[in-house]
Parts: sequence; structure tokens; C-alpha cells
Amino acid sequence: MNLTLHVWRQKSADLGGEMVRYDAKDISPDMSFLEMLDVVNEGLDQKGEEPIAFDHDCREGICGMCSLTINGIPHGPDRGTTVCQLHMRRFKDGDSIHIEPWRAKAFPVIKDLIVDRTAFDNIIRAGGYISASTGGVPDANAILIPKKNADDAMDAAACIGCGACVAACPNASAMLFVAAKVSHLALLPQGAVEAGTRVKKMISKMDEEGFGACTNHFECEAACPKEISVKFIGKMNREFLKASVKK
Amino acid sequence: MLAAGFTKSSVGKKLLMAATGLMLFGFVVGHLLGNLQIFLGAKVLNEYAVHLLELGPLLWLMRGGLLTALILHIGLAVNLALENRKARPTGYSFRASVQTTYAARTMMVSGVIILAYVVYHLLHFTFRVTNPEISSLHDAAGHHDVYAMVVLSFKDPVISGVYILAQLLLASHLSHGFGSMFQSLGWICEGNEYCMKKVSLAIGALIGLGYISIPAAVLLNMLTVPGGAG
Repeated sequence: MNLTLHVWRQKSADLGGEMVRYDAKDISPDMSFLEMLDVVNEGLDQKGEEPIAFDHDCREGICGMCSLTINGIPHGPDRGTTVCQLHMRRFKDGDSIHIEPWRAKAFPVIKDLIVDRTAFDNIIRAGGYISASTGGVPDANAILIPKKNADDAMDAAACIGCGACVAACPNASAMLFVAAKVSHLALLPQGAVEAGTRVKKMISKMDEEGFGACTNHFECEAACPKEISVKFIGKMNREFLKASVKK
Repeated sequence: MLAAGFTKSSVGKKLLMAATGLMLFGFVVGHLLGNLQIFLGAKVLNEYAVHLLELGPLLWLMRGGLLTALILHIGLAVNLALENRKARPTGYSFRASVQTTYAARTMMVSGVIILAYVVYHLLHFTFRVTNPEISSLHDAAGHHDVYAMVVLSFKDPVISGVYILAQLLLASHLSHGFGSMFQSLGWICEGNEYCMKKVSLAIGALIGLGYISIPAAVLLNMLTVPGGAG
């Protein structure tokens, strides 16, 4: 199949960028989206042009490294899928595809389609450690945890920190990410001890990094490759209120 | 007490948006229930208006509370909207969305128009500036004839039309706002996070239809002034 690509090209963080048109020829529908870009880059390399820079690592949909906004939707049109697991059969021959980096003040573009997601690491760091000494792997059921809490904590912990929620949000808000991180620890007895201070510190860091606020469009949930539910944002709001009222 | 920094935090501001929204929603429901008494006849409505004024200091307390909630709600909305815009200085050249709604994307627009309407509405019915000739009549009992004021006003298709349009926007605003309130306060119904979307839509529609029923009934001659000045 043959496609027309419109790709954001930006030499470095401090230089401006623009959308550049490329033709992607003889693409197999069985290729992943990133493999398609590899083919385009090979062509660019042969012509002596600078290849398109994009983030990728595991290419198995679990690392959270790939970060492309495809036709306005982070990670492309499939739900619960990272770009590396998106396949070209999802597109039609002759399609035009717009590829842009995550867009947020807190995620500055480093080059082309690569953004700096250090802001997420800073939020995690602000959350701090849990003081409960967990030691080795505990015996099953030594600490009793309600099934629902265990399931919810696991669902929240599925977050791979890719930043698609921020990219999808009309306000570039990081609420779904922070909510997932806050919730998965707050739901378990070891993490519940510091739940109050953690939620306040992480939200304050989130604001400091320049992310927007939530206006409940729920676009984040639709873009999330791990399909993390917006119910965790409600839970985070509740945790924050609880922690704020206490003192 | 609330911890320091609460009102500076994005989540804190959202919580205040929700709390003030809840107060304003309470008014919207109470006002609707009061207004719907028009269907019980002129006597009931006019006496209700007298009782309301007899609340005296309590009425002013409620008015003060609502005005404070309104100012906070609008101030926070503007503040958050500006911050949200700053959070994405460079937008996408290809814009798309998956599951947001028209109502959600136009909250600022519906909000601003509703505010403008509220000002006009107060000038019309509360301060009786815009239509003084029909706004200061008295009924047989000597009470202010609220019934005649409303019915005669809504006989004018322009006044009715503007009112209906404003209520449609209110319905849109509430269809997103009602559910958002519960999400922001963390009062989501556990296990069925999406029921709130439907409840929110139903609440918006119900409130809108409730208010619109009054001018609609006047235009359809189901509510008339006895003696027939209108």
C-alpha cells in the first residue's frame, strides 16, 4: 500500500518545526506503524536526508516509550493499543496520515516526534517512598486485601507512563496518570499509610510542571493504551479532599 | 479546615468549581419548582411570591450565598480556562476527539451566554426594568401579580424565544456539569462510572424541559390571564 505522511519535523528543542510531507511506498499491511516509519527512514537515509526521529523501545506494547499522535489521536485509532502494536492494515491504500508529537507545555519537543517526559518522573519522585518495609515476597494472604481493592490497584498499576492521557486531553492535563499512580498505592495497605501526603505532593508537582486541569472530557481514557478508567480521577479527587480537610 | 494551598491546587479549584456548581444547581432546581407553581394558578404563584419575600433576612442570606457562589464559579472557570490554555502552547495541526461531547467543549460559551441571560432575566422579572408596564400589576388580593407578569411577558415571542434559547444552553451546561460535579467531588457511583454520564444528560434535559414548559404553555394558550389583557 502507498500512503502520504505529514510528519512534524523539528531539528532541536529551541528551533521551530513544521509539518513535512513524505510518500510511504510499498508498505505491507502486516507492518506495525513503527516498522512503516523504519521503511520511510531507510528511504530518507539512502537519499542522504535526516531520518525522522521517534521514540520506541520494546515494540511489544508494554514499555510506554512510543509516543505518536496519529491523525489527532495519541497512539492512533485503535483503543487500548500503543503505536508499536498498531498495524498498517488499520489504514487504507492512499490514506493521508498526520503524525505529530505529544503536545503539552510540560512535554517539550526534543527533536521531531520525541518529547521530554521528565515531568512524569518528577511527579513520581514527588510521591516519595512508602515507609512500610515490604521485605521479600510476602506469603499469600498474610495481609488480607479485599478482592475489589486488589483488582482496582492492579488496573491502576497497568499505567506505563507513556503520556498519551496528556496528549489527548484538550487541557494537556496529567490527571489520569497521577490518578493511576495515586490510586494503585492508596488502595493497598502498604501504600495507604502515606496516601494523604502522597496525593498532595504529587498534585502539587503536577501543577508546578505546567499540566492543565481536568474538564471531564474523558479523552485520556479513550487514548490510554492500558485503558485506565477515569474513575481513578474521581478517586484521586476524593483522596485529595480527604487529605486537605484533615489538618 | 482546608489545608493551605488547597485553593492554589488545580484539583482544589476543581473541587470548588463543583461545590459552587452544586449550590447553583440547587438554586436552579428550587427556582424551577417555584416557577412550576404557575400551573396551579395565579393565586398559588402570587402567594408563593409573597411567602418568598416574607423570608426577609433568610432570603438575603440565600441571595448573598448564591451571588458568592456565582462569582467564585465564574472566577475559577476563567482562571482554570486560562491555565489550561497555557498548558498546550502549540496545538495539533490535525485535531480529533473520541468521546468528548459538544456540551463539554462548549461549557465556556454556554456559561457566558447563561450569565448574560441571568442579568437580563433579573432586569426583566426581579428589578422589573425592561417591561415595567406589565411587571407591576396587582391581583385581587392586592399582591404583586407575578402570574400576569410572566404570562403577559411570554406572550411576546421574542421574550419567549430568548428564554427558551437560554434554557437550552442551561440544559447543555448541566448535561456536562452535573456529572462533572460528582467526578470532581469524587462522588462517582462505584462500579458504574458511566451511569453518571446518562444521569447527567437526563438531569440537563429534565431541567431544560421543565423551564421551557412555561413559555411553551403560554404560547400555546394553555396559560392565560383571566380577563384577557393578553
